[in-house]
Amino acid sequence: MTAAVQEALELGTVESHLHPEGSFDVDAHEVPKGREEIWRFTPLKRLKGIHDSAPFADGATKVEVEAAAGVSVETVAADDAVRGTSGLVPTDRVSARAWAASTGATVVRIPTDTVIEGATVIRHHGTGSETAGAGHAVIVAEKFAKATVVLVFEGSAVVADNIEIVVEDGADLTVVSVQDWADDAVHLSTQHAKVGRDANLKHVSVSFGGDVVRHDFTAEYAGPGGSVEALGLYFADAGQHIEHRLFVDHTAPKTKSNVVYKGALQGEKAHAVWIGNVLIRKEAEGIETYEENRNLILTDGAWADSVPNLEIETGEIEGAGHASAIGRFDDEQLFYLQSRGIAETEAKRLVVHGFFNDLIRQIGVPELEEKLTSTVEAELAKNINTLITKDNV
Amino acid sequence: MSTLEIKDLTVSVETEDGPKEILKGVTLTINSGETHAIMGPNGSGKSTLAYSIAGHPKYTITGGTVTLDGEDVLEMSVDERAKAGLFLAMQYPVEVPGVSVANFLRTAKTALTGEAPKLRTWVKDVNGAMDKMHLDPTFSQRSVNEGFSGGEKKRHEIAQLDILDPAFALLDEIDSGLDIDALKVVSDGINDFRARDGKSVLLITHYTRILRYIKPDHVHVFVAGRIAESGGPDLAEELEASGYERFTSAAV
Repeated sequence: MTAAVQEALELGTVESHLHPEGSFDVDAHEVPKGREEIWRFTPLKRLKGIHDSAPFADGATKVEVEAAAGVSVETVAADDAVRGTSGLVPTDRVSARAWAASTGATVVRIPTDTVIEGATVIRHHGTGSETAGAGHAVIVAEKFAKATVVLVFEGSAVVADNIEIVVEDGADLTVVSVQDWADDAVHLSTQHAKVGRDANLKHVSVSFGGDVVRHDFTAEYAGPGGSVEALGLYFADAGQHIEHRLFVDHTAPKTKSNVVYKGALQGEKAHAVWIGNVLIRKEAEGIETYEENRNLILTDGAWADSVPNLEIETGEIEGAGHASAIGRFDDEQLFYLQSRGIAETEAKRLVVHGFFNDLIRQIGVPELEEKLTSTVEAELAKNINTLITKDNV
Repeated sequence: MSTLEIKDLTVSVETEDGPKEILKGVTLTINSGETHAIMGPNGSGKSTLAYSIAGHPKYTITGGTVTLDGEDVLEMSVDERAKAGLFLAMQYPVEVPGVSVANFLRTAKTALTGEAPKLRTWVKDVNGAMDKMHLDPTFSQRSVNEGFSGGEKKRHEIAQLDILDPAFALLDEIDSGLDIDALKVVSDGINDFRARDGKSVLLITHYTRILRYIKPDHVHVFVAGRIAESGGPDLAEELEASGYERFTSAAV
């Protein structure tokens, strides 16, 4: 390729707060104070110092791998060339520190042209929240491969990690990240995807447990025709902080993104944050994007922040839209169900299940559906009797 | 047998300018097996009557009584009223995303009878009710009222009436927004219900056309929050010919 062609293909730089300059150098990222745009919602005091200089050690989680037939899962050294192939460059201090501290990386590889039956599950079991751990994983779906990879996080732990997702041309990959932590866990995760030409990525984030869970999911496209579906489901209980920050960078023409996050909140100081950023670059003609976040506040004392941002640098697109809502139970829905003899608490259970059901179906991983439905049920059981409606607020 | 007795019912609703009285003393007795039609112009409060009896939280009962076989209906929660035998078919049925019609019906039937319906007969009953309302069997898998056409919503209400089999049906403008074919289907469903032993119906409507298919025992003209005149089916014929003017001008 000549230099001129190379230059023509280079993406222009974009002056946008959605797109901060990244760096692998930890010191290039100042210790956050809490006023910064990207940190203003996060309770820094509860991060056990991982945003500052708290040391990382090995063994914070025990990892179990159940690989589906045909999928290779291996551990490589930190200096392996596979690290960074997704284009991930840390844009905050926690991500940069985790990158620097990782002593290795787990690499999940789905070979070219293989369609994998069943999910590959990587289970991280936290062994305690005294020491912090840094993790790194790279998931590669080679050309025209099709597979599902599920990451499960449970137990007690303080974890900062970087997860890279590479979806090569024509591949079809589903990645599900399930945060089912114990109450004291802290998990800051940066997950970055590069989606190839005509490739599909479905990324699903499910957060139930943990004291502070903050997940940044970012996606960029390596060629035209790629599609990203980012789904999220969360249930914040008393005192829990669950934060999702999404950024879809439409770097290529004819690409698609669809972001749907839904959460329920219950209990004193349950807090959910959703930031949905989409950038449509000049080059990204003919793209289609939609993002949506809905929060259902089940009790007093819980609150949600929901901020969609859309920056458009070309008008030559198929469509762009977003929706954001924070609401309580709908009196009319409850009345309708009750007028058929269904008791109030049962009516509320139906409404909450209904709220999540569409999303659970869209995840399309049968192994997970039942588990998610029963987890929603278990969360509801915690304080079904105190669920509020508008009239008794 | 069940008798619904409404005496001197007054109801108000909260507005920006404070409480506004909508029902200004309604007295009406509906005996077991009777069909009463309440007809009235827009804004007369006829829907408020239905919603107040069903217990919608928006309405405040400021006076009067409603009893079902002597039991105080106004003391009951909304679901208790349904368990006591009341059913309200709504003018604008509410969407409940993510809750399938099948799940909704089974949950309601279980709540009403106190036990889960027998699987073998249940599926047949539901499919039969859907079929009678010209609703496709796949309808059961859709979310309650979500994306239904206006006609489908109304037919779904009558399918529920069939399956849940209450003693007493309050039908609020079940005929509005229906084309003539759908009106016939819905009317057939209501007439099937009336043919069952001891079932009572309060049919609230703005138009007379549904009364071509459903013959009420009593007709009441509802104007400005109260019953202006009661009579037999011939009263409906007068309304068809002359409209509400005689009653509305008298009320002013």
